[in-house]
Amino acid sequence: MDEGLKSELQKQGVFTTTLESLYNWGRLNSVWPLQFGLACCAIEMIATTMARYDLARFGAEVFRPSPRQADLMIVAGTVTKKMAPQVVRLYNQMGEPKYVIAMGACAISGGPFKQGYNVLKGIDRYIPVDVHIPGCPPRPEALIHAFMTLQQKISDQRLTGAQRPRHLNADAQSEFPVPKFGEHDLEPASNADVWSAPAFVR
Amino acid sequence: METLEQIKARIEVAIPGASATIIPNDSPSAQRSLLVDCGHGLAVAKFLRDDAELKLDYCSNATGVDWPEAELTEKFKVKQVVDGVEKEVEELKKTLRPGYLEAVYHLYSMAKKHGPVIIRLRTENRTDKNHLPSLTPVWRGCEFQEREIFDLYGIVFDGHPDLRRILMWDGFKDFPMRRDYVEPDDYEYEPTPHDDVLLKSKQHGEQESKV
Amino acid sequence: MSIVAEMPSKNFELLSKDGDGELLEIAMGPHHPSTHGVFRMDVVLDGERVVKLKPVFGYLHRNHEKIAEGTTYLGSMPYTDRLDYFCSLTNNWAYALAVEKLAGLQVPERAEYIRVITAELTRLQNHACLMGFLVQDMGASGTPLMYAFREREKILDLFESLTGARMMCNYMRFGGCRCDLPAGWLDGAKKVVAETPRFIDEFEALLAGNEILMARTQNVGAMSRELAINASITGPMLRAAGVNYDLRKVDRYGIYDRFQFKVPLGDHGDTYDRYMVRVLEMRETVKILEQALAGISDGPIIDPKAKLRGFRPKVGEAYGRIEAPKGELGFYLISDGGPNPYRYRVRPPSLINLTVLEDLCLGQLVADVVVILGSVDIVLGEVDR
Repeated sequence: MDEGLKSELQKQGVFTTTLESLYNWGRLNSVWPLQFGLACCAIEMIATTMARYDLARFGAEVFRPSPRQADLMIVAGTVTKKMAPQVVRLYNQMGEPKYVIAMGACAISGGPFKQGYNVLKGIDRYIPVDVHIPGCPPRPEALIHAFMTLQQKISDQRLTGAQRPRHLNADAQSEFPVPKFGEHDLEPASNADVWSAPAFVR
Repeated sequence: METLEQIKARIEVAIPGASATIIPNDSPSAQRSLLVDCGHGLAVAKFLRDDAELKLDYCSNATGVDWPEAELTEKFKVKQVVDGVEKEVEELKKTLRPGYLEAVYHLYSMAKKHGPVIIRLRTENRTDKNHLPSLTPVWRGCEFQEREIFDLYGIVFDGHPDLRRILMWDGFKDFPMRRDYVEPDDYEYEPTPHDDVLLKSKQHGEQESKV
Repeated sequence: MSIVAEMPSKNFELLSKDGDGELLEIAMGPHHPSTHGVFRMDVVLDGERVVKLKPVFGYLHRNHEKIAEGTTYLGSMPYTDRLDYFCSLTNNWAYALAVEKLAGLQVPERAEYIRVITAELTRLQNHACLMGFLVQDMGASGTPLMYAFREREKILDLFESLTGARMMCNYMRFGGCRCDLPAGWLDGAKKVVAETPRFIDEFEALLAGNEILMARTQNVGAMSRELAINASITGPMLRAAGVNYDLRKVDRYGIYDRFQFKVPLGDHGDTYDRYMVRVLEMRETVKILEQALAGISDGPIIDPKAKLRGFRPKVGEAYGRIEAPKGELGFYLISDGGPNPYRYRVRPPSLINLTVLEDLCLGQLVADVVVILGSVDIVLGEVDR
């Protein structure tokens, strides 16, 4: 619909919209995160939901303990190799549409604990991540910004065509293989479908 | 509290056959420790806990230390006759220290509010003779810490009620806190590498450019 | 149950042997809203009663000790922030204390005062949050925790203006502190401390005499003195069992001998005592803070002998410990004369306090397990390191 006509109609008290933006508007204002904290960042995530930062303004105060009822996984903290299979399994158990925010340096890349033998160097080795937040830990404002970024991403999604969201695309992959505990490391060490090592630049 | 020498003497009297060696500590902390032979480790621990004078009823910290085989150099002053004149000459002496694993226990007394008394137990080597007596029957606070030492260092504690891996998963084969542990190469290039990281980063880069 | 089936665990093999088929085995965690992080308990239930419980650790094992052995002494200071991420300043202090013992550094008076003030503020916010979480575990979702976090934010603002970070302060240095107090900081701190008794009163009026809270906590998870001592329990949990052992009184590290304060003790060692000991401890902490804020004087904040670069302590070892909000936090360091510690060990109070978790939970209802766990006060960053 023509934007000029839309705004002209609005002045006359006639509000028009498309089904797509109404649908996305509803989705982006009721993103329920999974109540799932891994480490330090989880405390800042809790602080974000408290009165001072008040994540409820964005329709996301309902933290669900069950992955079946959650739309958003905030990977808040260091993912260790012992925990990684459980994180992937929780992700698989979430119903579509589902989104992932990797909160903090550890969830992005291993962060300060990157040298550790039991630390997964970024959750994007196993599952696709929608928004990354740097910081150790990111401030609540950063989490809110990430949340708004995710809302923008949802509102920009087209419901038809090749770029349509996964829950409207029967062929899209929504579950990812769960790594196994090996004798020295996780097997496999990363999922080649979602992640490849960045190029080595000297 | 009694001095470490007195404690050592009383241990050797109270437990026949037990031997204790005082490990010096020249740092400003001056926390010296007592190396106990592992055959009598449990008996010594019981003595330290139940002795009316010491009453070390609280084991604060139990931890492992890995000492791989190493060549130690010591400086000795030797008197030599050079050209008819007696002089002191420094000589370097090299000794090969066999590798061993060590468990260190920091003991305090809650009843008498004194401490610490530090005792150490050493295994014979790092491979097959890696058994030590568990002190969990004496101080239950050691339970998880000894499991952790078993997990990360591979010291087997005889008499531990539930000895299995605690931090790593059950199928894990390595002992990652040992100094010769090689971690899996799941490394990425890091933009600001330094020291060991630089070396690792370079090796990794070479491998990747070969592929 | 799919998670259970796919997670091979020795616990379950052990337990199913003597299970008679009537028992129910459940895995609480690592993803569970009331395990305070990624902690897992394998619980065997007879009806609703707990007959066996094995804690499973390691889901947040971040190899702090191994990393510390590969970095310089000072390089480990930011990592200590992330041990018990509620209490970064007490972690800093414990590590600084151990290194000061190892290297023989003296801390100037002003720095000692700043350390006491920041550590006691840390204790305040830790206990406030603990109370909030504990009551949330009992089902009072939201409100008490919101009150606690309101209080915590005030203290975090102080930390932020002093250190630049809300949680990961990285503030203390060997032989002193990183930077001096900014202008007006002491007045802000005095204001926060003056408001705290009102917050505690309010919290207590809401909760301490609450019928549900008493029913859920009194005679739940009781622990004897002997067990507490033998299992190396420390901190408020030990004092709730009636053992008078507070390192601020026993070791008198820093300048704690200058302050007048009492050590609250419990009688029964049950969850209610553990809760009340912390409430009383907060009141004593306010007393210490008032004295410290009145007594602080000007002066240098770091030992001039302390070297930030090229710091190589002599060969030897040292064990330093402080009374952290969760219990005795110790650092054991072995130096081989190099720039990195040869051995770096954290004595984690949270992990060792969990030794008795099974004893506390046996025979209790499964709903009380989370309350008992909440009253132990663990932070997984410290349990697994």
